[in-house]
Amino acid sequence: MFTMLKQRSGSNMEIPKSFLGYKRENGRAGTRNHVIILPVDDISNACAEAVANNIKGTFAIPHAYGRLQFGADLELFFDTMIGTGKNPNVAAVIVIGIEPKWTKRIVDAIATTGKPVEGFSIEGSGDIKTTMKASQKAQEFSQWASEKQREECPLSDLWISVKCGESDTTSGMAANPAVGNLMDKLEPLGVHLCFGETSELTGAEKVCATRGATPEASKKFMKTWSDYNDFILKEATDDLSESQPTAGNIAGGLTTIEEKAFGNFQKIGSRKFIDVLTPAEEPKKGPGLYFMDTSSAAGECLTLQAAAGFNIHLFPTGQGNIIGNAIEPVVKLTGNPSTAANMKEHIDLDVSKILSREMNLSEAGDELIKTTLRVANGRLTCAEALGHKEFVMTKLYRSA
Amino acid sequence: MRLIYKILQISNKQIDTINMATDIIIHDKKDNVGVVVIEKITPKQDCACWIMEDDSSTKIQSLDEIPLGHKIAMIDLNEGDTILKYGHDIGKVVKSIKKGEHVHVHNVKTKKW
Repeated sequence: MFTMLKQRSGSNMEIPKSFLGYKRENGRAGTRNHVIILPVDDISNACAEAVANNIKGTFAIPHAYGRLQFGADLELFFDTMIGTGKNPNVAAVIVIGIEPKWTKRIVDAIATTGKPVEGFSIEGSGDIKTTMKASQKAQEFSQWASEKQREECPLSDLWISVKCGESDTTSGMAANPAVGNLMDKLEPLGVHLCFGETSELTGAEKVCATRGATPEASKKFMKTWSDYNDFILKEATDDLSESQPTAGNIAGGLTTIEEKAFGNFQKIGSRKFIDVLTPAEEPKKGPGLYFMDTSSAAGECLTLQAAAGFNIHLFPTGQGNIIGNAIEPVVKLTGNPSTAANMKEHIDLDVSKILSREMNLSEAGDELIKTTLRVANGRLTCAEALGHKEFVMTKLYRSA
Repeated sequence: MRLIYKILQISNKQIDTINMATDIIIHDKKDNVGVVVIEKITPKQDCACWIMEDDSSTKIQSLDEIPLGHKIAMIDLNEGDTILKYGHDIGKVVKSIKKGEHVHVHNVKTKKW
């Protein structure tokens, strides 16, 4: 009984001013020290995986695209690949593609950060010779990166992205507002923050637009959302009233699409966003909250946020989404006591005590800050320990 | 027990908080619905409500059986009224609702379509 009282009053935690990160050549800091083998296209996956298999301390990031894309879809592909290489969680990069031209474009762009990067193309020499040459370089990078030490970095070096998944009514009551509470406490300390999920804000779009820090930001948000809505109305066979909320949402107590959207919206607390980013776009307006135009599919959304330079991710879940990311550690929290108990190996923080009022929102926010900092300092997330390395390209339309 | 708390200088409000499990959560003071956070509430049950926004408490007597995650009306609502949750408009009342009744797809619809 007295312990509970002590916990309830313990919401004035002093937030640490720094974390232990890897300082990078361009002034950013990473929460991880990955050496990645990045295939440019689907047919270079085998070679990239062979190199990663040869050289310890590296891993490949295979994916399904990179051939015959064109226009805006091709540009998004390049932004995603280049942004992944530039992310401060990545110490060094080996790029392997079938053709030299696209390989070089990615290598040159990653090189602007000052980090070690080298490209190899397979055409004309084959998988085996390319694997050998790339492995020699990968070994050099891996041993070089292994000597990097964590150093004290200001909290403002944290770039935190958020996205929720497999939401239920507990998401809107506990896990999402806990993330919002963290945002309210960390934004004044100069961190970068990012939320996305254009589709899942439908129903709350007008209120979300009022959360733009400037009229330009609000206008940009409404344009982004309207473009998305026009696309849905063009492709959809009905008005979504049959699919949003889903039958599962309704069984769980969610009545309208607005209610679902406002539950999602709890993740940004009382913050205002300073700019609207296109998919994978790097924020350029300094510290603060950004909205990014993304799909609500977790794999796609996280890949885009990581490509924009975010170095740690918070993922509230209700029914238990198990997502991870190739380069960004993903901290999962839930307000659902059954999920916390039955899917324990996936949950980094259980905030279900909010529902029984044994924990208030401020305390949940404090616990989340502590967990986030432990992970930033190096503690493996559940998703990392379980080997989740999702990397999913957002395709705007089919390839030529 | 209250004497012990008094000696420890714990206020009555805190004692209520400790002794009363929460049955219903209300996000925002403006909300006219609350969400059931126990397995279910039964008709005529006196329910303890927690208003998260300012960490305060209130009470309500239910009229219906309402399962976990579902909403209860905190006031009488007429056809055309707006349902407020998280302090925001989440839809309109299409069939009048009495304080303590179950609020869901049978009496509330989106304003979107």
